[in-house]
Amino acid sequence: MSKRPQRKVTRRQFLVNASKGACGVGFMGLGLAGYSNQSQSFNPQMLRPPGALAELDFQSACIRCGLCVEACPYDMLKLGRLFQPIATGTPYFLARTDPCEMCEDIPCKAACPTGALDPELNNIDDARMGLAVLIDQENCLNFQGLRCDVCYRVCPLIDDAITLEMHRNQRTGHHAVFIPTVHSYVCTGCGKCEEACVLEKAAIKVLPIELAKGELGKHYRWGWEEKEKAGSSLIDEVLDLPDRVPEVLK
Amino acid sequence: MKNNQSLGTAAISKKGWLLANRFLILRRIVQVTILTLFLLGPLAGIWIIKGNLSSSLLLGVVPFTDPFMLFQSMASGHLPLFQAFLGALIVVLFYGLVGGRVFCSWVCPVNLLTDAAAWCRRKLNLRKEKVISRQWRYWILAMVMILPLFTGVMSWELVNPVSAFNRGLFFGMGLGWVLFLMIFLFDLLAVENGWCGHLCPMGAFYSLINRTSLMKVSAVKRDKCTDCSDCFDVCPEPAILKGPVYGKKHEIGPLVKDLTCTNCGRCVDVCAENVFQITTVLSGKNSLAKGGEIK
Repeated sequence: MSKRPQRKVTRRQFLVNASKGACGVGFMGLGLAGYSNQSQSFNPQMLRPPGALAELDFQSACIRCGLCVEACPYDMLKLGRLFQPIATGTPYFLARTDPCEMCEDIPCKAACPTGALDPELNNIDDARMGLAVLIDQENCLNFQGLRCDVCYRVCPLIDDAITLEMHRNQRTGHHAVFIPTVHSYVCTGCGKCEEACVLEKAAIKVLPIELAKGELGKHYRWGWEEKEKAGSSLIDEVLDLPDRVPEVLK
Repeated sequence: MKNNQSLGTAAISKKGWLLANRFLILRRIVQVTILTLFLLGPLAGIWIIKGNLSSSLLLGVVPFTDPFMLFQSMASGHLPLFQAFLGALIVVLFYGLVGGRVFCSWVCPVNLLTDAAAWCRRKLNLRKEKVISRQWRYWILAMVMILPLFTGVMSWELVNPVSAFNRGLFFGMGLGWVLFLMIFLFDLLAVENGWCGHLCPMGAFYSLINRTSLMKVSAVKRDKCTDCSDCFDVCPEPAILKGPVYGKKHEIGPLVKDLTCTNCGRCVDVCAENVFQITTVLSGKNSLAKGGEIK
C-alpha cells in the first residue's frame, strides 16, 4: 500500500524485544498479583454498603465510580484511597463513626451501575453488611449487671436483631443481668449499636459475616430439632442400659 | 541543536498569541470544565454529573462508563448490568468518532500534570533522549487485561494513577498525591512524556479505539514547512509526525494516522506556516482514503 521504507525487524530482534517486554511486565504483574491478594484481606472494620456481593466478587464488579457515595443521603460512605488497607477506590463505611441509616429505598444500591451492589436487594432488612458481635464481655456494662441497654435501644430492628436475655448475676448471686444478644438471621450489620456503645472503645462491633460466624459440620444435627421434625424422639424414650454389677455382689 | 526556549515564538509573532495557543487554551477550558462539573456536586450541591471518569451519570439520565475499566471488570469475572454496558458503548462511540486518545489530551486530568512536567522540561532545556520504548504501554495493557484472569480482581485498579487521580480530586486524595508527585518527577527528570507516552495502559487502550476516528491531524500544507521542528518539539508523540510532514517523496499522505495521536492540536498551534489542520473524513481533499498508512 505504501512505499515508505520499513525498518526491518529481524527475528532475533523481535524475540529480544518480546522477552524484554514480557519479563518487564512479568515483574510488575507479580507485584500486582501479590497486592491483589492482600487487598482481599482488608481491614475488618471497613464495611461494604448494603447489597455488596461477596468480597472477591465485589472487587471484580465494583468500578470505583463513587456513585453510591454520592447517592448516600447521610454521607456515610467513603471511597478507599491509595495505600489504605482496602481495595483502592472501593466504597466502605465505618460503623463506629458513620453507620448505615438503612434507607428504605436503598439509594446506594440503586445508583450502582454494575451490580456490585445487588440490584435484587429490595428490602433493606435483608441487607447483610456484617454482623454485630458483643465481642468484649469483660467491659460491656450489661454483662456486669448494669442496665446500659444502649445497643439494644438504638437497634433499628429492636427485639428482633438484638434481644435482652435475662440470666442470673453470678457476681452478686441475687440479681439479674440482661445480656444483649444478637441474632444473625435478623441483624443487617448497619452498625448503629457499635456507634452508640457508650464505652471508649465499643464492646459490640460489626464484623464481616465470614469473620463473625462459625459453621456446623455438614453432618451435624441438633437432636431437639430432629425430634421436633420427626414429631417424636428418634430413639426410645428410656434407654435400657445393661446393668453392671460388680462380680462380688452377684 | 535548537534551543527549546524559542519553541512557538515564530508562530506567536506571525499569527498572534491567541491563534498560536488556541488549541491549548481550548483544551484547558475543556479539562477544567469537566473537572468543575464533577466537583460542583460534592462541593456546591449542584448535581449536573455524578460519579467520576470511571463511571458517571449525566443529569441523572445519560450513563458513561470507562470501557477500559469495564473490560478489566469482565476479565476478573463479573458480568456488569446493562447500564454499565450502555455507558461504555456511548463512550466508545464518542471517542471512536473524535479520536480515542482525545480522552488523554482533552479529558484526563493527569494530562495537566504531565503537560506541566513537559513544559518545565522545555524551560529547563532538558535534552530529549530515548530512554525507554513507547511500546511498553502495550505490554502493560496486556498485563492489565490478563492479570484479572488469575487474581479474580481488577489488579491494575489498585494502583491505576489515572482513575485514582480524578477519583482523588472528587472524593479525597489521601496519600495518593505521593504517586502523582512521582509521575510528575518521572516525566520531568527521567523520561520525557514518560507516563502518558510510554507507560500508561489506559492511553494504549484508547489508542486502539483511535482506529475508526473521523477526526485527524493533517499536514495539509507540508510544502510550506521550513524545517523549524517546533511541531516535533511540542508533540507528545513526535515520531508520528515524521511520515506526514516529510513523507511526500515516499508517497506517504499528509494525514497523521498513527493511533497514538491524541488530537491535542499543539502542532497546529505552534506551526508558524499553518502546515497542520485538524481535518475530518468529510472534508474531501484530506479524506482518510488519501491518507498515509497506519503505522
